[in-house]
Amino acid sequence: MSKITMREAISQALWEEMEADPSVFILGEEVGVWGGSYAVTKGFFDHFGPERVRDTPIAEAAIIGAAIGAAMVGQRPVAELMTINFAFSSFDHIVNEAAKLHYMFGGQFTVPMVIRTVGGGGRQLGATHSQTPDAIFAHFPGLKVVAPGTPADAKGLLKAAIRSNDPVLFIEHATMYQTRGEVPDGDYVVPIGKSIIQRPGKDVTIITYSKGLEISMKAAEELAKEGIELEIVDLRSLRPLDMDPVIESFKKTNRAVVVEEGWKSYGVGSEISARIYEQAFDYVDAPIKRVAQDEVPLPYNSTLEQEALPQVKDVIAAVKEVL
Amino acid sequence: MDKQKLLDMYYQMVLIRRVEERGAELYQQGKIGGFMHLYIGQEAVSTGLIAARQPQDRVITAYRDHGVAINCGIPSNKVMAELLGKATGTSKGKGGSMHMADTEKNFWGGHAIVGAHLPIASGFALGDKYAKRDNVTICMFGDGATNIGYFHEALNLSKAWDLPVLWVCENNLYGMGTAVERASAVSEIRQKAEAYDMPNERINGMDVLEVYEASRKAIEKVRSGGGPFLLEIMTYRFRGHSMGDPERYRKQEEVKQWEENDPIGIFRDCLKSKKIKVAELDEIDAAVDAEVIKSVEFAEASPEPTMEDLYKNIYAD
Repeated sequence: MSKITMREAISQALWEEMEADPSVFILGEEVGVWGGSYAVTKGFFDHFGPERVRDTPIAEAAIIGAAIGAAMVGQRPVAELMTINFAFSSFDHIVNEAAKLHYMFGGQFTVPMVIRTVGGGGRQLGATHSQTPDAIFAHFPGLKVVAPGTPADAKGLLKAAIRSNDPVLFIEHATMYQTRGEVPDGDYVVPIGKSIIQRPGKDVTIITYSKGLEISMKAAEELAKEGIELEIVDLRSLRPLDMDPVIESFKKTNRAVVVEEGWKSYGVGSEISARIYEQAFDYVDAPIKRVAQDEVPLPYNSTLEQEALPQVKDVIAAVKEVL
Repeated sequence: MDKQKLLDMYYQMVLIRRVEERGAELYQQGKIGGFMHLYIGQEAVSTGLIAARQPQDRVITAYRDHGVAINCGIPSNKVMAELLGKATGTSKGKGGSMHMADTEKNFWGGHAIVGAHLPIASGFALGDKYAKRDNVTICMFGDGATNIGYFHEALNLSKAWDLPVLWVCENNLYGMGTAVERASAVSEIRQKAEAYDMPNERINGMDVLEVYEASRKAIEKVRSGGGPFLLEIMTYRFRGHSMGDPERYRKQEEVKQWEENDPIGIFRDCLKSKKIKVAELDEIDAAVDAEVIKSVEFAEASPEPTMEDLYKNIYAD
């Protein structure tokens, strides 16, 4: 175990997988000479060379398309999209190609690729660079969507993603690269599609992931002072979605709040609450609440931006409403 | 070229024509669903092109893919079965007319989003180059695909990274119903390759031997490390864009004029001039007819995919 940052954990997973498997290579904008726009691949270019750490043109369809093609012929590319907002320029390749090729050709093709990308707001980057469209991608069967909330999960899930024979969208949060946590040294793999209880409690179930986990943990500390114990379930993977720990927890607490950074409409909270109602209706003691981003394009002004993003106080208020 | 290879090419061209004519009938009878785009009139393009490849060379194309599938060596049984949506089809009935493939024949599909397979073709070449294999990727697309961004991103990447791709534009003069000159800033598609400093050539696609010769040279140039190459092959589809095309965008006289330029007729005359007996060609025609009858029997007798198949192959893991 070492206490390292989210950035170091991601970097470690990539480095170890590249050392272990020569078919793994990285491609993306500024991943090489620059060292990655979030410095995740710093030092990789010098160590692994330009064939395995490939700086691409600013051309997202070419990046994802080329990664798909290379994956289909036997490599394990890790494509980096500088931010998830640019994934819309390659949306067609992600959802129409990567997610469908295995099924549509009767299982003949496999697409073992990872798309590493960065989502989330809070850095005053304005409306086009601050989005959390995770749920949109999780809508598509054939794609796996992963978004870690701790450094340990970041390392373990990225290793699983690289070893997966399916396309995986791996979403990092822009404000969490400095988050520190205990991370197992060496080969540590976390299976994709397994939710986990990050904090045990008895009063209200919080279902969340990524940045929502950080906010919810803080809210849990505050509420504990008042004697309210939150049980926090971290989804970690949005597709495949593991509802078992959610339902198990809900049957115990009978109350739930879903915390996400994306917009509320048609979001992760909508999906999770619908499933709870479908699978555990008899256990519902209060309407399930959703904490999410205000339904506005995220503004530049910091005060307005923070107001629109879900905050610890929003989680606390929602918990008090369901109690 | 030896006689057997010439006759094989003739067989393939006639087979594509007859499979599709029969396919069109089955479509009218409601046995084939969805969209179906016929290759009739363009047979010389993929026949000449694919005859010039080595077995390790990958082929990828757009949705007008039945002919390409046959040229790559997929049995007509499997093509017909896929058209009928059967479990024995190229894609086990899950792809249909636009999504045929067979990795064993190095045929990588059948892709239905215009231009989207071009960046993927760059990826094949990248993967092969990364693994130090000497495969060439042959990527076919229509004139309409050269106006979408994917074309430009893919060509640029292939040249910037010196990837072994042969880009093949089948220019049949219309993107659906819009004439090339109404949609493209340059009507000679090969000029677009100039923008990427890429060697290119425009050739006649109604003469299979001209296509073969130009393709062979282009493929070997790419294989020998010359970087990507763009071939523009002029051709014409005798049928509509897809089934149920009212064809308001072109005159019957124009279609008739091109039909007189039938690539199969041209090749037949060429073979006769090479002292191949008419009786021998007639024998091939008869063998094709028999094969097509069998392929329909095979497809009709084949099982439907099962309800378990519905949930198979969503993920590989």
